[in-house]
Amino acid sequence: MDISPERQREMLRLMQTIRRFEERASTDYVAGDIYGTVHCYIGEEAVAVGVCAALNRDDQIISTHRGHGHCIAKGADLNRMMAELYGRETGYCKGKGGSMHIADFNIGMLGANGIVAGGISIITGAGLAAQLEGKGRVAVSFFGDGASCAGPFHESLNIAAAWKLPMIYVCENNLWAVNTSAERALAVQDVAARAGGYGIPGVIVDGNDIFAVHEAATKAVARARAGEGPTLIECKTYRHRRHTERPTQPDIRPQEEIDAWMKKDPIDRLVAHLKGQQGQLSEEEWKAMDDEILDKVEAAVAFAKASPFPAPERATDDVFAA
Amino acid sequence: MTREISCAEAGMEALIEEMQRDEKIFHLSTDAPPPLVQRFGEARVRGTPIAEGALTGMGIGAAGSGFRPIIDWRMVTFSFVAMDQVVNQASKIHYMFGGQTKFPILYRATVGGGVRMAAQHSQSPYSMFMNLAGLKMILPSTPYDTKGLLKTAIRDDNPVISFESTRLLTLKGEVPEEEYTIPLGVADVKREGTDVTIVALAWLVHEALAAAETLEKEGISAEVIDPRTLVPMDAETIRASARKTGRVVVADEAGPTCGASAEISALITEDPATFKCLKAAVRRVCALQVPIPYSPTLEDAVFPDRHKIAAAARAVMAER
Repeated sequence: MDISPERQREMLRLMQTIRRFEERASTDYVAGDIYGTVHCYIGEEAVAVGVCAALNRDDQIISTHRGHGHCIAKGADLNRMMAELYGRETGYCKGKGGSMHIADFNIGMLGANGIVAGGISIITGAGLAAQLEGKGRVAVSFFGDGASCAGPFHESLNIAAAWKLPMIYVCENNLWAVNTSAERALAVQDVAARAGGYGIPGVIVDGNDIFAVHEAATKAVARARAGEGPTLIECKTYRHRRHTERPTQPDIRPQEEIDAWMKKDPIDRLVAHLKGQQGQLSEEEWKAMDDEILDKVEAAVAFAKASPFPAPERATDDVFAA
Repeated sequence: MTREISCAEAGMEALIEEMQRDEKIFHLSTDAPPPLVQRFGEARVRGTPIAEGALTGMGIGAAGSGFRPIIDWRMVTFSFVAMDQVVNQASKIHYMFGGQTKFPILYRATVGGGVRMAAQHSQSPYSMFMNLAGLKMILPSTPYDTKGLLKTAIRDDNPVISFESTRLLTLKGEVPEEEYTIPLGVADVKREGTDVTIVALAWLVHEALAAAETLEKEGISAEVIDPRTLVPMDAETIRASARKTGRVVVADEAGPTCGASAEISALITEDPATFKCLKAAVRRVCALQVPIPYSPTLEDAVFPDRHKIAAAARAVMAER
């Protein structure tokens, strides 16, 4: 696929933004400024960015409990995201949602979701809406290997395939559902093989290779827009960190496995690729890009800290739409 | 102009009129209703795979994308395979996301027993849903109320569940030809009286009215209140009647434990002004707290009826 150097650098910028945002979120969570829990997407950035780069603003996505990456890749505002993590009134959900429930319907981001597989049928309904509307919009479901074992995945794929809904199902197979290995939990090791049960294409890609992800997504989007129905894309990837940032969160994954995947880091790979191309990214430019990202994350933290907490009486707002 | 039609027909009229009025409404159910398919086609009226969990979630996603889906679970029994979507998603999504988007969805389900269908297909579990914040729900007892409440439910910008009594689907009643709607959260005084208030739900409204006839012959004047919507609940109409009569019977086809009947009783007794007017303890007439059995002798023994309601009214009248 021919992707312009500018677009490649934009992909890199988004991937690094996800990483720096989450590094800071983790730090501030451990420091006690962010509550509840934080699930980091670090290591899987090529999936969200590679897929969302194939979408238009009015295309829709739904995310998981590990949702920051999808938000940023779809164009969410870092200030409002960080304010939400900080539980502030200016957050995306006015402090009602936190890390696991950030949504921005204006950019087609139908929300992170605290229930594994919980979003798959919701976004399939958005796909039905897109089909009824007939304007060529598509909808993307992000989920993990764990969710591919759950009922909503199978019910939704069956319906989307039977009705040729404009859907792209993107499985981020990071090999572990918390501390249960896909090797033990999945009857077939390739989630993509499950597409066969629904008569739709099932594609396996290296989820740490942004170009491979982007190419597969672009094909699937074209197929969906053409009314030919859904595609299941399995991105083989890995989370660099434990299931959550809670310091006591156990992590039983073998160290050799973690080390091997760290060497396949998607950002390192894209940086190396760009540096290898004449005039596309110098070390100085990369450093400048990273500094700019760190500044934006710092500004988001400052925005969050300067924002008020919601007043207690706001707890009863928005139970129902007026 | 009015004519007599059944609750089922009244419900169908509500859907047809609203789908004609608003092209953003579509309908999903396992087996598509032929009258809707004929009028609106198979794109808008879809017979679906048997996957209520997915349908329930798809309603949420479509609603968040500018549509107004109607999802018919058919029997409430089948809503239970969709409970993740109801509890974790539909009821919370507007609030959890800070109210940024509306989710106008109508879920429909038949409830209740009396048709010899045994435990799985004879359930009245609305209090399980009432316990969640973020869902509205209606429970009509007449064709008139069914049509008027359903039309309002379809126009509401929130998830609304319509619980429709199986026993009442063929019940006929007067429904005007002209357009009308009934607001949610307004109870209806089905019969005025002065001695005892009977708050009854769905099918038991009719049993309460029959009991009131019997009681009248005994010199007891019973007022029958139908809340019609469970969320929001019209506490004030119920309390006003309780203050007037001082004696209350609550009749519900569900079991008593944490039921709508318990909620109604609490709404009456926790209000100091109403509590002061009570001359007797509030008495509930509910199903026995058992799974509903099949055999007629067993099922009839489990459910409340006009005789049990009348007996309860006599008992609260006898209290001093």
